[in-house]
Amino acid sequence: MSLSIIESCVNCWACLDVCPSEAIYEAKPHFMIDAKKCTECEGDHADPQCATICPIEGAILDAAGDEVNPAGSLTGIPPEMMERAMAEIQAR
Amino acid sequence: MELTVLNEEQSPSTEGGCSASACGSSDDQLAHLSDEIKQKVHNHPCYSEDAHHYFARMHVAVAPACNIQCHYCNRKYDCANESRPGVVSELLTPDQAVKKTKAVAANIPQMTVLGIAGPGDPLANLDRTFETFRRLSAEAPDIKLCVSTNGLALPDAVEELAKHNIDHVTITINTVDPEIGAKIYPWIYWNNRRIRGKKAAKILIERQQKGLEMLVERGILVKVNSVMIPGVNDEHLKEVSRIVKQKGAFLHNVMPLIAEAEHGTFYGVMGQRGPSNEELMDLQDACSGDMNMMRHCRQCRADAVGLLGEDRGDEFTIDKIEAMDIDYDAAMKKRAIIHQGIEEELAEKEKRRAALAAVKVPSGPAVDNKHFRPVLMAVATSGGGMINQHFGHATEFLIYEASRDGVRFISHRKVDQYCIGDDSCGEKESALAGSIRALSGCEVVLCSKIGFEPWGLLEEAGIAPNGEHAMEPIEEAVMDVYEEMIKTGKLDEAKSEDSQMTA
Repeated sequence: MSLSIIESCVNCWACLDVCPSEAIYEAKPHFMIDAKKCTECEGDHADPQCATICPIEGAILDAAGDEVNPAGSLTGIPPEMMERAMAEIQAR
Repeated sequence: MELTVLNEEQSPSTEGGCSASACGSSDDQLAHLSDEIKQKVHNHPCYSEDAHHYFARMHVAVAPACNIQCHYCNRKYDCANESRPGVVSELLTPDQAVKKTKAVAANIPQMTVLGIAGPGDPLANLDRTFETFRRLSAEAPDIKLCVSTNGLALPDAVEELAKHNIDHVTITINTVDPEIGAKIYPWIYWNNRRIRGKKAAKILIERQQKGLEMLVERGILVKVNSVMIPGVNDEHLKEVSRIVKQKGAFLHNVMPLIAEAEHGTFYGVMGQRGPSNEELMDLQDACSGDMNMMRHCRQCRADAVGLLGEDRGDEFTIDKIEAMDIDYDAAMKKRAIIHQGIEEELAEKEKRRAALAAVKVPSGPAVDNKHFRPVLMAVATSGGGMINQHFGHATEFLIYEASRDGVRFISHRKVDQYCIGDDSCGEKESALAGSIRALSGCEVVLCSKIGFEPWGLLEEAGIAPNGEHAMEPIEEAVMDVYEEMIKTGKLDEAKSEDSQMTA
């Protein structure tokens, strides 16, 4: 089983540095997780490290394909507030 | 919040006027530092107000990872038109960073300082940060190295920092109170866990304070940056200032929060406002009794290049530097000559300043026993400590205060609004309206030239345009204008309503 990184990744390198299994590699357009190497940090840490340091909501999915850090969980911005702000900006 | 305003009702000894240690003829916030520290910082544009007119700095963006989240930061942002910390256009490898640094040093010989400031936290990117420092200290020994950090990883990095002969570190300390910290930092990454709330803030604060103490013990200069967030930490920053000074930080830089919904930050989206120019100035004045305050910070990008307030990053993109062939030994010789020239000019300026301190405001029967209020004046300059910029070309103004005690530098004020990104990038308001708004509270604006239209609008706003001191040194010109105002009876009149706080 493995976590995965999706396109909202901003390539900040944070996950690569903390992965105990060297499963993360630099790639275009964004960093990737080698599913063969990823252990979900079992045996090393209580939480998968990439998802623990990742600053971008929704960028890392767990083995089941669910967002480990859903919208609002890291920034504290309620998703509806973010949507409203973005809609206002786009309407300008 | 009630604003303290510089006006005729106020005695200069009250706060907001001319407070404590920053007062006097010297506008150099380093004036009362030891000679040893002065020697270390005199050519550092970020630490010396004088130096920043002459010496340039650059940041290399080798540090993308971060170990905390701040409510004023959005890790997704990358806009070439943005100028604020944490924003970069092009991430560099240490090798590219070394090449870029040498290319800039050869082409902008006034560049004395290389900093690593992000876009994440440099000490959360130890290998990339230290490889860059290691190589530069060997290959470009005439460049000063410095680093800024949120402090979380600092205690563990102090030994290594000392090894690379980095003698300046900036720590961003927004609070010493976990209650307040929890309102600024939603989480930290610590011991392999994401920790939130007060617990996270407490760890961060302890690490920052420990790091500060360890650096001071080793004789490494520490500047403290604080972001002023109205209603969150504004009053509290006075205590922060006192504590960090007590622990040995040599300079405190209180910066205004930058928060726009367009930036997608917590504060921006949630409508947290930044401080007004006047609120910022009042807090800096209030802190200056305890601490040397920095007032010329431009809150630059993590990949900025050039004099403070300018960004020449476009001239040094990876493509362009790859094509350059730099003979660094030759460049170093040229740099040494140019630095020597600037040092001589600065020494000359210091002498003039001493002379200026002796200048007494004219006295006579008409002015005896009269108190003259301090006056704020704005200056358009493109560097060199001179009034040498056209009003319409100014993207920022330097604000000076003239009083009977002399001239002191107060702050800079930006004209352009921050980029609002995407296709909505456009002019929200005319540049002219922006300029006039930036000058609120000023009574005079000094520039090399000025057009007919802005002249009229400035006068309407109660700000006197003045192009008579073009190409003159700033402080002398400001003092001349102040004396002229006294002679012509301008300061006998009440300050015009229009020039009071409006923004």
